Amino acid sequence: MIRNPKDLQRYDAHERANHWLVGICFILLALSGLAFFHPAFYPLTQLFGGGVWARILHPFIGVLMALAFLVMFFRFKSLNAMTPADKEWLSRAGEMVSGNDHNMPEQGKYNGGQKAMFWAMALCMLLLFVSGVFLWRSYFNLPVDLVRLGAVVHAAIAAIMIAMIFVHVYAALWVRGTVRAMVYGTVTRAWAKQHHRAWYRQVTGKS
Amino acid sequence: MALQSLDIARRSATTTPAPGVRQTTEVAKLIDVSTCIGCKACQSACMEWNDIRDEVGSCSGVYDNPVDLTAKSWTVMRFAEVEEKGKLEWLIRKDGCMHCADPGCLKACPAPGAIIQYANGIVDFHQENSIGCGYCITGCPFNVPRISQEDSKAYKCTLCSDRVAVGQAPACAKACPTGAIQFGSKEQMKDYAAKRVVDLKSRGYDKAGLYDPPGVGGTHVMYVLHHADRPELYKGLPNDPGISPLVSLWKGIAKPVATVAMAAVALGSLFHYVMKGPNEVSKELEDELEKEDAK
Repeated sequence: MIRNPKDLQRYDAHERANHWLVGICFILLALSGLAFFHPAFYPLTQLFGGGVWARILHPFIGVLMALAFLVMFFRFKSLNAMTPADKEWLSRAGEMVSGNDHNMPEQGKYNGGQKAMFWAMALCMLLLFVSGVFLWRSYFNLPVDLVRLGAVVHAAIAAIMIAMIFVHVYAALWVRGTVRAMVYGTVTRAWAKQHHRAWYRQVTGKS
Repeated sequence: MALQSLDIARRSATTTPAPGVRQTTEVAKLIDVSTCIGCKACQSACMEWNDIRDEVGSCSGVYDNPVDLTAKSWTVMRFAEVEEKGKLEWLIRKDGCMHCADPGCLKACPAPGAIIQYANGIVDFHQENSIGCGYCITGCPFNVPRISQEDSKAYKCTLCSDRVAVGQAPACAKACPTGAIQFGSKEQMKDYAAKRVVDLKSRGYDKAGLYDPPGVGGTHVMYVLHHADRPELYKGLPNDPGISPLVSLWKGIAKPVATVAMAAVALGSLFHYVMKGPNEVSKELEDELEKEDAK
């Protein structure tokens, strides 16, 4: 794809690299974690060199993801502050999903749905990290009741998180012209004007 | 399966039925706490038969030695000093795997075939399939399995499944000098226990009874206790053990519910795309911007 010099920069190289580091870790964690969750997924351990390797690697990848997400959290935190316009957007998200986005309220760099997803993911990451530590028997030996609670929380939050990531990825694929923002950083002006008009006006100075 | 005595009843992380056409007698080990003298012959026999030698530890001030179960000590005597009716009672309990009919370790284990319940009731760890996650410890209501520091595999009493498979009693039962450890079919052991309980009651232990906790479906290692109403006197033997509700939730209903929910979201996304089509950038906006550029 030939890049137009008039395209708008949405993510810089560091932001993209940070995002993909979290993304790759998440995929590896989901595949290995599902293997420990349900026997139907156990063959996924083969992707990691067998069950023992999956068990060894999973928590280290988890720590890496937590660190990378923490950096990403502070990068994007202030851009995700909820505003009244976001709440209105969320209350009318049904229209958006049904494919009719003409009357949606004007959005800044992120819409209400993206912001809600950001905060939900941050909460899930925190819970996954803490409960994951409870389960890491190679390095931690905690009271068994805490480990049992950790196991339930880790599994439940992971399932929620996987479902949220499906939505996250699908939204990027569904809204055409979005994936390139996270691949090489730019979006077209028309994309920005249609989906994030307030941000478009802010970065171009036009109406 | 070559030996009927090794027929499998349940296999960890396996969702299809195990071979089950043959009828196998359930076995049990009965530990009569009231006739145990604390000699630790059972511990020695266990080490010898299973070829395991634990690190030599240090005295903790009581007779318990080693102090706790480890990956290399599959049974330990636990000595409790209790005062009952103004008299000192020395309650000595041989601790180890209880071989539950409803084993929490097996329920929690994510590795197919790492934990096996034989049709005779023995719950056995097959270390070659163990991945070292320690979920068995999380699942166990009796705090029995231990992960080895050397190989990160889980170990515990096998009830000498290798001996039982060929019609022998477990090594500990064979070595016990007072007959405090009996081995046979579960029915026989219950009958034997009933006689012991009658004897104990006649000697003033009116709360004597058999410990075969129903919360885990009964066990294949049972105790005769002088104070069956208070098992916790015996160094914390749980009063009403059962698989923790958290473990049941985690390795029970959560599995299908979460799997279906995740699949529903993935399929929902696909069908949304198929039915609604992509959300394209509007042609009007693109043309409008092109016109601006041309000016």
